[in-house]
Parts: sequence; structure tokens; C-alpha cells
Amino acid sequence: MITASFITDPSFRSVLYIVSFALFIYGLSGLTGPKTAVQGNRIAAVGMGVAVLATLLVPHLSNVVLILLGVAIGTAVGVPAARQVKMTQMPQMVALFNGVGGGAVALIAWVEFRESGGFADVPTYVAIFSCFAAIVGSVSFWGSNIAFGKLQELIDGGSKVIGNAQIQSFINMALGAIAVACGIAIVAGSHGEVLILVLLVSAAFLGVFLVLPIGGADMPVVISLLNAFTGLSAAATGVALNNTSLIVAGMIVGASGTLLTQQMATAMNRSITSVIAGGFGGTVEAAAGATSASGGTVRSTSAADVAIQMAYARLVVVVPGYGMAVSQAQHAVREMAKLLEAKGVEVKYAIHPVAGRMPGHMNVLLAEADVPYEQLKEMDDINGEFPRVDVSLVIGANDVTNPDARNKPDSPIYGMPILNVDESASVIVLKRSMSSGYAGIDNPLFVNPKTSMLFGDAKQSVSDITEELKAL
Amino acid sequence: MLVTNLAILVLAGFVGYAVISKVPNTLHTPLMSGTNAIHGIVVLGGIVLLVNGAADGFLNKLLLVIAVAFGTINVVGGFLVTDRMLEMFKAKPKDLVEAEPEAKA
Repeated sequence: MITASFITDPSFRSVLYIVSFALFIYGLSGLTGPKTAVQGNRIAAVGMGVAVLATLLVPHLSNVVLILLGVAIGTAVGVPAARQVKMTQMPQMVALFNGVGGGAVALIAWVEFRESGGFADVPTYVAIFSCFAAIVGSVSFWGSNIAFGKLQELIDGGSKVIGNAQIQSFINMALGAIAVACGIAIVAGSHGEVLILVLLVSAAFLGVFLVLPIGGADMPVVISLLNAFTGLSAAATGVALNNTSLIVAGMIVGASGTLLTQQMATAMNRSITSVIAGGFGGTVEAAAGATSASGGTVRSTSAADVAIQMAYARLVVVVPGYGMAVSQAQHAVREMAKLLEAKGVEVKYAIHPVAGRMPGHMNVLLAEADVPYEQLKEMDDINGEFPRVDVSLVIGANDVTNPDARNKPDSPIYGMPILNVDESASVIVLKRSMSSGYAGIDNPLFVNPKTSMLFGDAKQSVSDITEELKAL
Repeated sequence: MLVTNLAILVLAGFVGYAVISKVPNTLHTPLMSGTNAIHGIVVLGGIVLLVNGAADGFLNKLLLVIAVAFGTINVVGGFLVTDRMLEMFKAKPKDLVEAEPEAKA
């Protein structure tokens, strides 16, 4: 009996919570280096186990069956989803997992409201933090679901607004104001359940409308932002429930997510506000028209020519983009690189921070194909090397190599740091067709005299080049 | 209690900021996914309310079960997906890497 009372002592639970958040912080710091990352993630998972266990250590356990039911459903859905998802679908999977977290926050706030008679018998701060959690959780849930739908191409990925951008932002502000007004009414002492329902629903519409206008290129920033939102809402739930582990874990995610969002936005030369405003769609058309007018000739080449050109190069830099991800070309690329290395060619990979649909998207895919970590070069490291690169092989990347970002002040992507592939001796672009990139902007790189284009599916083209290399 | 919790909140914010500011771009996706799993800690909120027997009535219980299920998806899925991504960054034994071209060709 002594043991039983010891382990159900609230102080013991508090100690376990401290252990759990220490494990979170230690695990997260592990995630910052490639060698320690796997272990770091597992340490954080152990922390999560400790936290859940601690929560169950109360003298009179109620509703065990319901808890087990919830955990069982969650496991039955989460495990197969995580196991089966393809590497190219990671971004939407993260969005979905993030969304359900936000949904949980919103539901918990709602139940708290119902349980306490509309926060009648709890301190005011509980009502404040719960309303905050409810709004942000609901925005995050619905916003993430829309992000998932767009990336999974269940809904059109393009920019959508009601009326025009001004009307849309007016509607958004109105929805936000309604949600906040309901929250204030609740905090001020109104107990009607309709208030929390209106709060949740208006926040839901706000979440949908915030993400709908955002084009695919900005999606990583949005997912990261929603991730930070969910973290903050979890921390608010923690304050409302007086749960240290929730506060620390949620706030760490809130802070790191905000920082990560900032870094991504900076890499694209966009402010978070302009991403939210969904600006890309409107400005593109005019600028695109102007560039195509400048004209120029596109030279197409053959796999055999590309193979010869690269086989006699000293340094080849592969610039992967979303095109490599969609055609699953990473293994073919690795095979091609091995053949080149066997011929004494040095191969490096230039990774733009926002190539693909998420930062690090390309790294994940190339790592899947066993490309050595040391060959993956970040933009700042590789950009100085381009003048001595013999061949830059651009695989399905477009906007991140667009020289307009340096040279053309009226381009929508002007100022975005790019990979200076046009400084290398020659450029080969693998591309499905002459269509413009995700941002919908023309790329003068394609008409550069140094550039030759190899049209076709990226994987097929790379395999063709590999065959030609074998024949050499 | 509130003041203590606010202090924890602020300190945790700075910890999060400090820990993350040194991450290479390469690890941004796994990091986002890992932090995503960590905010699955909201599952605790659902469990706390259920464990204390606070929830009466069918709707409250139903909502909490959904919340726990959502939180569990977030935690379990998040950590597993992160683990899968990170496994690929692990250094492979040299001979394995050498042997692979034959296997694939």
C-alpha cells in the first residue's frame, strides 16, 4: 500500500513530468545534428511515454476503457499511415498529423467549457487560456486539413479567394473578430454553449480561408506556421489544466516552429504576413507576360549528349527540385552519380532551402537513395563553387534557379536567394515540358546559351543518361 | 500556480528558440516532423480529463475519446514518420553501400 500511495502522490507525478520534458529538450537538441537525430527522436518518444504514464498514476482511475479505446483508435490509424506513406508524401502527412493535434486541443477546450458550466466555477485565467486554445486549435485543425487536401491534390492547389484578396482578408478579419468576441464574452462571464460553438466554427472557417488562397510554393511555410500554432495552443491547454509537461512541450514547439517558419520565409524572401496574404497569385501574370516577351531560343539535347558531357567533366553538381520528387527519380540519380564517380567525376548535390515542398525535402529523398550526407551541399556552401562547376544538372527544379530573382526587380521572386547554376560552364535542365514552375514565372535560365534542355519524365531521362554512361 | 506556470511558459519558449536555432537546413523536415510529434502531448489533456472522472454525459465522453484518438495519431504517427525519415540519414556500413549497385542493376 505504501508503494501505491507513493506512486500516486502528486509530487511523484510532477517529478515524472519534469523527467519527461527534460527528455523532450534533450531529444530535440539531438534532432539538430545528423548523427544524433535518430536517437534524439527516440529519446523524445520515451519522454512522451513517461508523460502519459505519469498522467495515469492517480489514486482513482476512471474511464480506463475509454482512454484505451481512444489510444487504440489513434494507434490503429496512426501507425499504418506513418508506415505506408511514401517519402514524397511526407509534407501532407506532417500536415495531417499536425491537424489532428490541433483538433484534439479544440475538443479538449470544448469539453472543459461544458464540464465547468461555461468556465463558471474556474479561475478567469483558465477561461482565457482555454478560449485561446480553442481558437488556435480549431484554426490549426482546419487549416492543416486544407493544406493536406491541396498537397494530396484532393482540392485544387492553386490560389483561391472569395471575391478578391481585399474581400477575403476582410472576411478573415471578421471571422477572427467574431471568434475573439465570443472568447471575450465567455471570459467576461457568459455561459451559453452557443458562444463556444460559434467560436469554434468561426475559427474553423478562418483556418480554411487562411490556407485556401495559398499556392503550393508557400505551403511549407504554412505547414510550419500551423505546427507552431498547435504547439502554442497545446501550451495554453497546459496552463488551463495546470500540467507542466504540456506547457513545456507545447511552448518549445511553439517557439521552435515560429523560428523555423521565419527561416523558411526568409529563404524565399517573403515575410510571413505576405505568405498569409497569399500574394503570389495576383502579381505573377503581369510579370510572366513581360518575361516571355524577351523571348529566346530553347535548345534541347539528347541523353547521349548529356552522358558524354558529364563523363568528361571534373565537377558535376546535381540540382534537385520538386520534379525529382514527383517522378521518384532519386534512386536513378544515385545510380547515375555512382557511374560518374567510377569515371573519376566529382559529384555534389546543391540543395536549395525551399526546393521541393518542404525545407529538407530533397535531403530526405536523396538520403533515402543512400546519397552520402557529405555530398549534400547547402546553398551558401555551393554558390561560391559554381564558377568552377563543369556541368550543373538541374532535375525538375525551376524557381530556385531562376536568375530573375537576382536581376529583375519586377519579378515576383526578385530578391529570393537562388542557386547560381548559370555561373557554371554549362547547364542541363531535365524538365517535363516548357511549362513554368510552381510559382508560375518564366525562367530565363532555359534560354541561356549555356543551357540545354532534356525533356521528359525526370526518372526516365536520368535512366536514359545512365544507360548511355554505361555504354561509354 | 498561474505565475509559476507563466514563468515555465516563458522559459520554455526561450529553450525552444535556443535549441532549434542551430539546425542545418538538411534536418528541417525531420525537425518539423519531430516537433509536430511532441505537440501530440495534448493527448495528456484528454487523458487528464477522463482519468479524473470529470467527464459526464455521452457527448463529453465521446469528444474526449476523439481527442485522445487524435492526440495518439499525432504522437504515434509523428514519431514513427520522423524515425523513418531519420533512418535514412544514418551512416550505412561501407560494404553494404558498395554492394548495392549490383543489387539494383
